[in-house]
Formats: sequence, structure tokens, C-alpha cells
Amino acid sequence: MAATATNNPLLQATNRGLECTAGGFTIDPYQSTRISVITHAHADHARRVAEVYYAAKSSVALLKKRLGDDIDIRGVEFGQPFQLGDTSVSLHPAGHVLGSAQVRVEHNGEVWVFTGDFKRDPDPSCEAFELVPCDTFITEATFALPVYQWQPGSDVAAEIWQWWQSMRAADRPAILFCYALGKAQRVLSELTQYTDLPVYLHGAVTPLTDIYRQAGVSMLPTCAVDIKDKRKCYNGELIIAPPGASGSRWVQRFPKAGTGFCSGWMRVRGNRRRRGYDRGFVLSDHADWNGLLRTIEETGARQVLTTHGQAGALIRLLKERGIDARELTTRYNADGESDVSDAV
Amino acid sequence: MKAFSQLYQTLDQTTSTNAKVAAMAAYFNNATAEDAAWAVYFLSGRRLKRLIGASLLRRWLAECSDLPEWLVEDCYANVGDLAETIALLIAKPSESENSMTLAEQVTALQALSGETEDLQKSIITTWWQTQDYSTCFIVNKLLTGGLRVGVSQLLLARAVAQHADLPRTVILHRLMGEWTPDTSFWHALISEDDGSADISRPYPFCLASPLEDEADALGSIEDWIAEWKWDGIRAQLIHRDQQLFIWSRGEELITKKFPDITDAIGALPDGMVLDGEILPWNNEGVLPFSELQRRIGRKTVGKKLLSEVPCVFVAYDCMEHNGQDIRQQPLYQRRAVLTELLSAYTNDLHLSKPVNARSWQQLAELRGESRQRLVEGLMLKHRNAAFHTGRKRGQYWKWKVEPYTVDAVLLYAQAGHGKRSNLYTDYTFGVWQNDTLVPIAKAYSGLTNKEITTLDKWIRKNTVEKFGPVRSVVTEQVFELAFEGINASSRHKSGIAVRFPRIARWRQDLSPEDADTLAQIQQLITTKDN
Ligand SMILES: [Zn+2]
Ligand SMILES: [Zn+2]
Repeated sequence: MAATATNNPLLQATNRGLECTAGGFTIDPYQSTRISVITHAHADHARRVAEVYYAAKSSVALLKKRLGDDIDIRGVEFGQPFQLGDTSVSLHPAGHVLGSAQVRVEHNGEVWVFTGDFKRDPDPSCEAFELVPCDTFITEATFALPVYQWQPGSDVAAEIWQWWQSMRAADRPAILFCYALGKAQRVLSELTQYTDLPVYLHGAVTPLTDIYRQAGVSMLPTCAVDIKDKRKCYNGELIIAPPGASGSRWVQRFPKAGTGFCSGWMRVRGNRRRRGYDRGFVLSDHADWNGLLRTIEETGARQVLTTHGQAGALIRLLKERGIDARELTTRYNADGESDVSDAV
Repeated sequence: MKAFSQLYQTLDQTTSTNAKVAAMAAYFNNATAEDAAWAVYFLSGRRLKRLIGASLLRRWLAECSDLPEWLVEDCYANVGDLAETIALLIAKPSESENSMTLAEQVTALQALSGETEDLQKSIITTWWQTQDYSTCFIVNKLLTGGLRVGVSQLLLARAVAQHADLPRTVILHRLMGEWTPDTSFWHALISEDDGSADISRPYPFCLASPLEDEADALGSIEDWIAEWKWDGIRAQLIHRDQQLFIWSRGEELITKKFPDITDAIGALPDGMVLDGEILPWNNEGVLPFSELQRRIGRKTVGKKLLSEVPCVFVAYDCMEHNGQDIRQQPLYQRRAVLTELLSAYTNDLHLSKPVNARSWQQLAELRGESRQRLVEGLMLKHRNAAFHTGRKRGQYWKWKVEPYTVDAVLLYAQAGHGKRSNLYTDYTFGVWQNDTLVPIAKAYSGLTNKEITTLDKWIRKNTVEKFGPVRSVVTEQVFELAFEGINASSRHKSGIAVRFPRIARWRQDLSPEDADTLAQIQQLITTKDN
């Protein structure tokens, strides 16, 4: 086989997804395709559009839950290369959510890595990020400004615990809005350092939490909120719900509740105020500014392409440092964290 | 500083007014008189003179954070607040090393004035680097003069009253006007008897509620006094110790801006306080509000402007007569006093004359003339009403001719179409729901071209976030919106839909806390449905 694609980029953002012609597959496709490699189970990355799905073994249960039990999915061990077309592909932990993977593609001695979504901070609910050296690094850039810097998750969990305790003292329910996949389980896991009290879950959070539990992630005990049970009193209880539930009828069940929101966007006060929650907890499953810069540097990549968000500043800075950088137009956004645009 | 920055955080985080009052009262219980005085100063929305220009601070920030200046600018544009940007980029996550009290910190800030730039820089950047996030944020806010706490004067007064165990109205009165935040001010504020006789101090204004029911539900028209609701600057005129003071409702001393009024009324008796409206008024009668705006904008008023836009004071009420506070007397008696007082004046001091009608029906017809008369509608005041403090339902009603107007805060802006596509001309406005501004209306029209350009510039400078063509802006600008109707709507986040919204006026005299609440607007719907 001749190396036909030497002048073509190994991975290209097309209207199908992040397409690899040499390998005959698409990463995180958004339009129908035959073979796909899926970085993780968030909705902007995992869609039911492929005939065959390759993904990390630990994300198979989550993907089946989201895309359907009948998908043709092949669970792959992290770090084990497999052949697709003319390319050698391997998956490496991205540290974003359970089973989240970076995709490494090698072809004719050239190595490209797509991070999917990733973070560097320790997270007891998923595999730790692994650095993968490469020539071209396609990185998410959700929080690509220096104002976005994270405190350790365990510190944020301490703040959440404090808030929960203050709500217990005030005899009010505490509703914590978290993205249903990943953030909710991370919080449940981090909180085990401080308490063993049970936590109540919105219906959308329960099945995903069950999958985490089956995967051996240690978390606080949980029970489902039964909206129909009018007599149940939730005062002093912590309730975890997806952000979408905040404007809904569901939330009216808890008129006295204090509300909190876990997101990297909560770092900026304007976002906190505009969202109208009582408390904003700065907890993100994406790399912060320093995490992005450090990772880019450590990969040794000569070319950097960005997805997710407005990376203008990051790109300009990389260029000033002599790195070839540019933005890729994709349809990935930052999961639940990107809903900053709910204008009216 | 720690106690004050914690107070700020608590106020920022809670939506409950009771919790806010409790937090402030707790602060006053533990604060020294010095600190308490400064806390009252800042909580009541007063600010320090700006010491250091924003562009200089941004340059120091770039040096201090080791980031290129353009990147600091990007961050600032994204965050929309310089004090916060600095804290986000530099403050330490851990405990502060700074253990200054609020008063000490303010003194240290004020001491910077007149120092060399190098010294200012080294002191300020050291603060930045040695403070925890929330202290750093507050110090920067004091430095840039932009600390907005979001508590109303009323809540603050409640907290001080709770701390001092005094009636709220006493505190409110003592908070009016100009004062220096020092220990003697604080002691006077919370003292049993008011020893300080500040002759310039105005009374808290008496505010009316919008009339939502039919007027005839108010009972016999005989019990009510109707007056035109003039469209000018609500003001208080004080004559004590042979000195004249004019205060606007925004608690600004505007005496010097209206020489035509002050010149004319020097002969009034001493020990007198009047409530009224400043209006542009020439030989033909009242002029549109936009004319008055020409006067407001100026620090001093030239001869030309004085002759083009002469102003008068139309008096509504008399709160002090012969040095006696007569606010508790029934309105009809106060009006008798007022009429007597003004009988000698014809030109520059007018009496707001009663609009007489024999029936509500007849009064409603007269109200129909409001637009031609350049008034906003009618005021209905109960004959026996006291001059109460703030807004209290039942005795003072505004019966505006415009069916619906609200004061709302600008939240988002979008570029217009066609020849306005390079200007931000499509606006989204919000009102308060608890501590949040919820969008209620989009409006495109109502501003003058000049206002549009000014606002466009402001929007670009104060963008918080961009999503596509839409920018969210710092919530600071208040506009009076007018619309034809309000309906309940499940499609809108706010639960209401307004018909034909337009901008009636840019209310630069109001701060976001003065904007209306969703609950007030929702009340308009329910009465409509009944
Ligand atoms: Zn994701
Ligand atoms: Zn994503």
C-alpha cells in the first residue's frame, strides 16, 4: 500500500466528524458513518450514527446506556494498539469521565492525538490522564483563558460539604446541579472523604451512577427522589440533579431549597449571577488554562489544533511561542458546561 | 478586611432579604465604629474617588501576572470586571497575609493619592499578591470605585436599626444626604437621640405604588386628592438657616444646577422642606423631559441654556414648616400649609394644583388628556395620608396613562440590521427575581441616535461574554420600558410575554437595584385577568 495521504492531514474535521481517511474511520462522528472511534459518552461526542463503535472498555456500559443496547461496540483496553485501515490506533485515559479516552493515530511514522475532553486534576471517579507524545495534538480548549484555574476537586468538595451542612442547619433541602454523567459521580465520590450520608438523585442521574458503582467507583450511598411521594421531607438532604432540571416543574417540588451549580464557568462571578443559583462551585472536568498549556508543551507537538470553545487567545500565545496552532471547526461543545448561551 | 469580604460574599450568595439583613446586623455587632462607618458608606452605594486609572492597573496586572498585555485585555473582556480579573489572575487561593481592618485598608488606599506611580504600583501589586481571592477582589473594587453590593437603602437601614434597636425610619432619615464615614457619624447614626443637626439633610422620599385596580375601587372620590404626575426630576427643596439645598431622589445635591430656582425662592421662610418636581417650563408651559436632560448633563449652567430651558419647582408637599417635622399630619393639612406658603409666588415656584373631578369617571377622562399635557398621568393621594417613608401601599397611587412601564436592566445586546448592522441596537432587558435578573423583553426602538452610539460604545467595553452575534453585558444600565400589554406565557422563562415593548427612557439616574421585580410585573397580569 502506498502512502497516499502524506500530504493530507491524518485527521480532518469534516461534516461527518473528525475523519481519518487513511484509517477509514471517524472519531466522534455526528453524521452516519461505518466505523467510529468514540472518546467518551457525553452527548456531543457519542451519537448513534455509526455501524461499528470502538471505545475504551470502561465506557462500553455508559455508551450502551446512552446509544442503545443493540449497538455494535468493541471495548478496547487502554494502551493496546489495534489496526484500522492503514493506521495503528490506541486509546489512552483522558481523565475526563469514566472511560474517557484520547485517541492516538499513527500512520507512516506520524502520530496524531485527539484528546476528546480531558483534565489533569485528580478525580477518584475515573482513570487518570495519561500523557501521549505526538506530532500533532488536537486538544479541547473549553476554558482557554488564564482566568480559568481550578482548585483541587477535594477542596471544592469540602466547600460543597460545608454548604450542605449549612443547609442541614437551616433545615432546607440542598439541590446541587451537576452534569448527569461524570460531574455527579465525581462529587459523590469526592464527598466520601467528609461523610457517609446518603444523597438523593434526580431520575436522570441514577442509571449512570449505577454504572459507575458497577465499575467499582466508591461513592456515597444514593437513593432516588420520588416526586410523587408528597409526604417525603427533603429538608437537610443533598439532592443531585442535572442543570436542565433547574427551570422545570420537578424543582418546584422543593420550594425551600437552596441551589448550587458545579461548573468551571462558575469561576467568573458574572456567570454565577446570571445563572441565578445561590452558590456556584468551581468544579470542572475540563483542563484549566495551565493544564492546557502544560499538556500541549509536554506532548512535544509541533502542530496544535483546538476544538471546543473560543481558543483565540490560546492560539495566539502558542504562535508567539513558535508553535503552529489553529482552530478546528467541529460540533463538539463542552457538555453540560457549555450552556452559557441560554440567552432568553 | 476579612469580616467585610465575608459579609460581601454572604450578601452576594444569598437571595433571601432576611439573610442579608441578618448578615449585615451581625457584621455591625462585631465591627468597630470605624469599620462600621465605612461599611455603611460602601453598603449604601457610596464610593471612593477613583485613585488609579484602569489602563494603568491593567498594565501592572500584565507585569504582575507575567502575561502579555493583550491576553490580560482578553481576560478582562471575558470577565467584564477589572477588580475580578485581577483577583482571578493573581490572588492566592490560600489565606490572606493582609490583616488590615476595613478602615485601615481605606486609609491605606487614600494615602496612595499623591504618591509617585512607582510607589503606588509597588504597594498595590503587593496587596494583590498577598491577599486571598475575596479580599483581593474587594480591595480592587474599593480601588476602582466599583463595589456594588446589591442591597437597598431600606435593607441597610433595617440592619442598622436591628443592631441599634431603633426604628428603621430614624435610620433611613439619618442615612440621607451627605456625611463623612467616621466614628462620630456611626455613633450619631445609632444613638438614641439625634444630636447631629445637619441642616442639609433631606427626608426619605414618600413613594407611590402603581394603581392596578380600577380607580373606583378606592372608594369615594371625596377622600382623594388628584394631581398631575409630572415628568421631571423628583426633588426636595430645603431652606434652613438661610441656606437652600436641592436634593434629587437619587440623593444627589443638585442645588448648583438650578440657579433659576434657587434665585427665585430666597425669600421663603426658614425651617421649611418641600417635596416637588423640577420641570423645564417656559412661557408656554411645561417642556418635554428631553429638554430637562440637557440641563441635568451639565455641571454648571450657562446663560444660553438657562434661557432656552428655564426650570421651575412644582411643589407637591410640605414636610417641615417653621422647623417642625409635620410629616405625620394629614395631607389636607399639609396642603393647606403649602398653599399658604406659596401664595406669594407665581413664577418659579408652582403649586401642584389639585385636579378636581366630581366622579372617577370624570377623572378618568381628564387623565386621558395626560399626553397632550406632557404628564405621565395622575397621582392619587388620600386626604388623610401621612408623608410616609419609601413605598407603602394604600395611600399614594400613581395612575399612569401608559398602561405599563417598568424599569429593567440591560442584559444582552445584538447588532442591528441593515445600516445599523455595525451597531448594537437590539437589546434584551431583565427584571429581578430574587437575586437574579430574568429576561422579560427585547426592544429595538426608543433611543435617540446619540444614545444608541453611546450605548454601543458602553456595550463593547462592558461585554461579559459573546455567543455568536449576542453579547451579554455587565448588568448596570437601567431603562424604562413601555409596553401595551402583558400576558402570562409558558414559552418564556419569565412566565410573561409583553406586547410592543419599547424603550421609554434611559434611566441613568437609577442603579440596577432600583429595577422592578418580576413579582411586580406579574401582579399586573393577575389584575388584568380578573
Ligand atoms: Zn465531555
Ligand atoms: Zn466535549
